[in-house]
Amino acid sequence: MFTLARPLVTKAFSRGLAWKLPGVGIATIYTLPELPYAYNALEPYISEEIMKLHHQKHHQTYVNGLNTAKEKYEKSTDVREQISLQAAIKFNGGGHINHSLFWKNLAPAGSTNKPTGALKEAIDRDFGSLDALKKSMNERTAAIQGSGWGWLGYNKDLKKLEIVTTANQDPLLSHVPIIGIDIWEHAFYLQYKNVKPDYLNAIWSVINFEEAGQRYEAATK
Amino acid sequence: MAGLNIANHTLPPLPYPYNALEPHISQEIMTLHHTKHHQTYVNGLNSAESAYAQTTSPKERIALQAALKFNGGGHINHSLFWKNLAPVSAGGGKIHDGPLKTALERDFGSVEEFKKALNAASAAIQGSGWGWLGYSVSAKKLEIITTPNQDPLLSHVPLIGIDMWEHAFYLQYKNVKPDYLQAIWHVINFQEAEKRYIEATGNSKL
Repeated sequence: MFTLARPLVTKAFSRGLAWKLPGVGIATIYTLPELPYAYNALEPYISEEIMKLHHQKHHQTYVNGLNTAKEKYEKSTDVREQISLQAAIKFNGGGHINHSLFWKNLAPAGSTNKPTGALKEAIDRDFGSLDALKKSMNERTAAIQGSGWGWLGYNKDLKKLEIVTTANQDPLLSHVPIIGIDIWEHAFYLQYKNVKPDYLNAIWSVINFEEAGQRYEAATK
Repeated sequence: MAGLNIANHTLPPLPYPYNALEPHISQEIMTLHHTKHHQTYVNGLNSAESAYAQTTSPKERIALQAALKFNGGGHINHSLFWKNLAPVSAGGGKIHDGPLKTALERDFGSVEEFKKALNAASAAIQGSGWGWLGYSVSAKKLEIITTPNQDPLLSHVPLIGIDMWEHAFYLQYKNVKPDYLQAIWHVINFQEAEKRYIEATGNSKL
């Protein structure tokens, strides 16, 4: 009987359905979002090998970890236990958030790799030029002491674009994320080894400024 | 400044050839890890110490603390690491009867349980960092500790360190940390660990 039920459960999982657990309420199951392009589509800037591992293994692991942590959290009424679960939710939840943003702010090299419109104006205003933004973001991201992310973020209070870094899988909370760059070694090591600057130079050829522009517009509405 | 060890740190030579830990840790990893990553920490430490020595401003010195900690920690940790690894042919992976084995059995139940516990703690690090077997001078016992990023182990005497930065294993083991953590035990230098333990406990081996 279990073998018949499993395919249905797996399908529900993969569609990200919210379902009611008797006595507990609604539980949301997080799922791995599909990559918006083929695994080899970012070649030669980010290799197919890296994209496969990064998406199917690393991001999937964060999704699984988040589901496990959240299920425990929702079943618990003990504040001490809930606090003890915060690290797992932050790490896996942040990993899921960050990577979901990442896949979308990458795109095959081509038409979306230059900013236009309001975002372009904001970049020129706040950094001087696109090249100046890239230089600054690459320096700040390369300087992260450990694992983490470099971000172009929108500061809603100051109404300007700023470069921010986050540690480990901490989600960006202080700013609206516009562009994220993963600087965990798994994001580049197989292809670029220890030479982070080569990765950081290459990735700009596959940054999706159309997505970035949409995020900026939503943030400045 | 002559005679003080300021800004003249050097990369210690590897105690064995770059391929000596094969097949457990690949030559490619050992070469990059030692000649690139560790070298970069040495260079960064020298830069930071040099800048620190050239200023008396508390503000500037505080601003340099992160660079000293990161690069200094990286230099300390990797220097310990190369020495607590050894080729199989030189006894890597083997633990003989002695004070360390006795202490491991006392504090963990068995050597296997110790390995299991250190592997679990190391795999669970959320980001980059190190897993350690350390000796607590106050508690007089062996404990497992993890440190984030390149923070040096300060609370305990380091006996065995395991590098969990992805550069330490990714080229060979990809995302499968447990495989790296199984393999590394073939090349852990228990003799060096025991040496450190004896020094920390002030025991005579005899």
